[in-house]
Amino acid sequence: MSGDETFLAAVRRIADDVAAAQAGDVDRDARFPQESIDALREERALSAFVPAELGGGGVSFAAVAEACFELGRRCGASAMVFAMHQIQVVTMVRHLDPGSWFESYLREVAEEQRLIASVTSEVGTGGDMGRSVAAVTADGEERTFEKQAPTVSYGNHADALFTTLRRDPDAEGGDQVIVLTTKEQNELEQTGTWDPLGMRGTCSPGFVVRARFAPEQVLGTPFPTVSAESMVPVSHVLWSHLWLGIATDAFDRARAFVRASAKQKPGAPLPAAARLSHLMSELSLLRAEVSTGLRDFLDASEGDRARLNTMAAALRFNNLKIAASEQAPRVCQGAMGVGGIVAFKNDTPFSVGRHLRDTMSAVLMVANERIHQTNANLLLIAKEV
Amino acid sequence: MNNQIREVLREHARLPVDVDSLSDGDDLYQAGMTSHASVNVMLALEDVFDLEFPDAMLKRSSFESIGAIEAVLTELGAEAAA
Repeated sequence: MSGDETFLAAVRRIADDVAAAQAGDVDRDARFPQESIDALREERALSAFVPAELGGGGVSFAAVAEACFELGRRCGASAMVFAMHQIQVVTMVRHLDPGSWFESYLREVAEEQRLIASVTSEVGTGGDMGRSVAAVTADGEERTFEKQAPTVSYGNHADALFTTLRRDPDAEGGDQVIVLTTKEQNELEQTGTWDPLGMRGTCSPGFVVRARFAPEQVLGTPFPTVSAESMVPVSHVLWSHLWLGIATDAFDRARAFVRASAKQKPGAPLPAAARLSHLMSELSLLRAEVSTGLRDFLDASEGDRARLNTMAAALRFNNLKIAASEQAPRVCQGAMGVGGIVAFKNDTPFSVGRHLRDTMSAVLMVANERIHQTNANLLLIAKEV
Repeated sequence: MNNQIREVLREHARLPVDVDSLSDGDDLYQAGMTSHASVNVMLALEDVFDLEFPDAMLKRSSFESIGAIEAVLTELGAEAAA
């Protein structure tokens, strides 16, 4: 088997045997999906995208996306933690300067199976990831920052944080860099509680994050480039894959319900079967957008990656996020319509309440209205979409 | 052309600094031009120089300095407007 196939076989096994078993519990108690992440660590899946020469699995980006889909089918929170970690890893790999501090940290990710969280949102920016308030501040030979983050997913469970900041205290809000700091260097002060509607296992309360670190822990490529060429499109591709995974499982449960009903009363009229057919159309629209989104990203990443810097590319991957985040909960709600009360109840094989609640978080992860504002502005000048 | 670009920036880039204090090589984004303001700059440049930027040129680096804008406009065959 190739590296991709071996990796995906392991992820599928973890999804079926580990993630599925703990999904209900993780959701009910809003607790971190520790078992899934431990199992992924054991298979060295946290370093799957790290190049083999740095000790990682060297799998393709498409395989990472597929893994998000597979985990999403069994436990949305496990999939989201995995996806967010991979966003930071993929970003670091794509913007790696040979011999840099980041190269040695990626070796550590592979050796120790480090889990990386991100601190991108900030109080006072109105949800605009392209602006920061907190800044990298010099203190002798060292650097420090203090950032008020309204949410940090699995902040209490991460080994390192990937944080956006202004380049220095005099820099404009959009003049951003990204910094990786380790657990020993970070101090997290939790500022809120975490009792949300869905994606409860991501454990994403607010924090004041403080860190003291070395100058070489600032990524060499400026954040606006990192954001356009990697972080934004990678986030949108990986998130949409796991939302598709959740929606696909909701559809599978609706189908299982219809089959069970058909077997109970063979030959009797079955309105739910027609509803299932409608639902399949909705699911296939979602699947089409997700898979062309991945293909477009892979195409744009080949050769001259600067193509991802164009407004046309920004529009394309913003639209993937908007479309998938709206369509995934629609499919889950449709699945509930097929199964009726049996799907509405939380303790049947056909329950889709968790699926619906988990996918409802999708429109908020970088709020769609904020993305629409950006797109509306870009559409004034972009020619082809 | 350089003066006309500066005029467009003065009107649309919403920079917190005086445009005349910037050299041709200074980074406009670092000087405080937001992505939102940059779109208005592009629209105004299309208007003033009577041209359309193709999608391949619509990226951050094309508009990151006065010099970069001048190069893009020259490539598109723009002439200083009367």
